[in-house]
Amino acid sequence: MAAKSIISRPVYGTLFPQPGKHHLFVADAEGALAISDLAARAPAGFFGDAHIIFIPGADGKHVAALEALKPAQFYQGPSFASALPRLKQTLANAHMGLRLYLAGTEGLIGQAMQAALEAGIDHASIQTEHRGSLARRVQCVHCKGITENVTTQPATCSHCGLLLLVRDHYSRRLAAFQGVCINAEDRSEIPPTEEIFR
Amino acid sequence: MSTGTTKLDVVVSDVVPVNELVTRFHFRRRDGALLPTFSGGAHVVVEMRDGERTRLNPYSLMGSPLDTREYTISVRRDDAGRGGSLFMHRHVRPGMEMVISYPVNLFSLDLRARKHLMLAGGIGITPFMAQTAQLAAEGGNFELHYTCRTASLGTYADVLAERYDRRVRLYHDDRDERIELDRLLSSQPLGTHLYVCGPSGMIGWVRDRAASLGWPAETVHFEHFAAPQPGAPFDVTLALSGRTIRVGEQQSLLEAIEAAGVDPPYLCRGGVCGQCETNVISHDGKFIHNDHWLSEEEHRSCGKIMPCVSRFEGRSLVLER
Ligand code: FES
Repeated sequence: MAAKSIISRPVYGTLFPQPGKHHLFVADAEGALAISDLAARAPAGFFGDAHIIFIPGADGKHVAALEALKPAQFYQGPSFASALPRLKQTLANAHMGLRLYLAGTEGLIGQAMQAALEAGIDHASIQTEHRGSLARRVQCVHCKGITENVTTQPATCSHCGLLLLVRDHYSRRLAAFQGVCINAEDRSEIPPTEEIFR
Repeated sequence: MSTGTTKLDVVVSDVVPVNELVTRFHFRRRDGALLPTFSGGAHVVVEMRDGERTRLNPYSLMGSPLDTREYTISVRRDDAGRGGSLFMHRHVRPGMEMVISYPVNLFSLDLRARKHLMLAGGIGITPFMAQTAQLAAEGGNFELHYTCRTASLGTYADVLAERYDRRVRLYHDDRDERIELDRLLSSQPLGTHLYVCGPSGMIGWVRDRAASLGWPAETVHFEHFAAPQPGAPFDVTLALSGRTIRVGEQQSLLEAIEAAGVDPPYLCRGGVCGQCETNVISHDGKFIHNDHWLSEEEHRSCGKIMPCVSRFEGRSLVLER
């Protein structure tokens, strides 16, 4: 779990089964393990009312483990973007009693939460668990472009090319951390790049 | 200073019988100015000078928050109660000068909600009168389900039905009409917030069903004014002032402390807001905790008491203030 530093920095918890009529899971890569851990504590028949949206990532692992839970619905997609229409559709048709569980990378959790907030779910009632990579989704405050999977400090904006200091300042609305130009005074000053959000 | 001690000087501008149990009271400011704005769900504490005694009872404001020329409350007569509602019914007349507190809202609407689902039982309708007026003016999405014993005791049911038509559903106990709660709760769109005000049995039932049907606690709001329960008299010592006072059978601990000239903080006088929380210095006996504020663990550990509703039985009790 990522450390808490400033107030907007999201704090993640541990998924646990909640009472409810339907259970919607959105996870990527190692987030699947958080679902398996929850399954070990869930009452019998819990997954009979569950819908899992899973983005396995490049290595394609964990799909079989999730299918073995026998959820009522299982969707596997190549990217969050490809899963988003399904997530939105599911939320639009949902009723109170649906519980939402998000697990995996911060980028996935943040973007799924954004869709959920738009659908009217209070962020405090969404369960989240961080698993796997610490890679960040970063918005460049200068050009507003979003760069996915940022693991270094500083990082280069994939839109305008500025060298960005990745801040802990997180926007729930954008589901992204803020990146601010690190060498605005003198562009020739290039601090060393370190990989820190692995 | 506690909000509960911020006062408004008012005059009773009208007293209107509503049905065999309920009477409505209208207040205006004595200086003719507008009253403070409030939001739907707010209450005021009304001071009643009943001979030697001062009674302080909280009542929900039921007028529209858009009209602050006057405040209106509705009081249900409780013949077996401690006398506050009887005082209002028997002694308060138009033209009488009274003192009420500034409004306090412990039951406000969550305006982020996509839809507001309201459940009222009996006189629990009053906060919803203001809330529905507020939402209707803003084009808000709401639905009100109101249970009452009989049609004639359906306080303001006719007014609500006329104002809001199909957004209001009535249920009469004597006709065996019941809210189909599970079905109602499970058919609400995502983003709905639930509000319930009524007898404590109803609040418990609704909260319980909502929790097991998967409503997050943040989306369930309730208001319950527990009237202080009578009990055996007991003595209490206030460590800071060094005074020992007697709490009568019909008196709450908070009222006894006030009668002794101490000015303790309060907001709800119903055991829900936390404002009157007081530390226990020592005790020999048993607490009768009637509040909804302290945790079960705090109740067991006997380190705190909510004097507005809780009592004590035993040999000695020393409180901090
Ligand atoms: S005054 Fe609110 S809990 Fe006692």
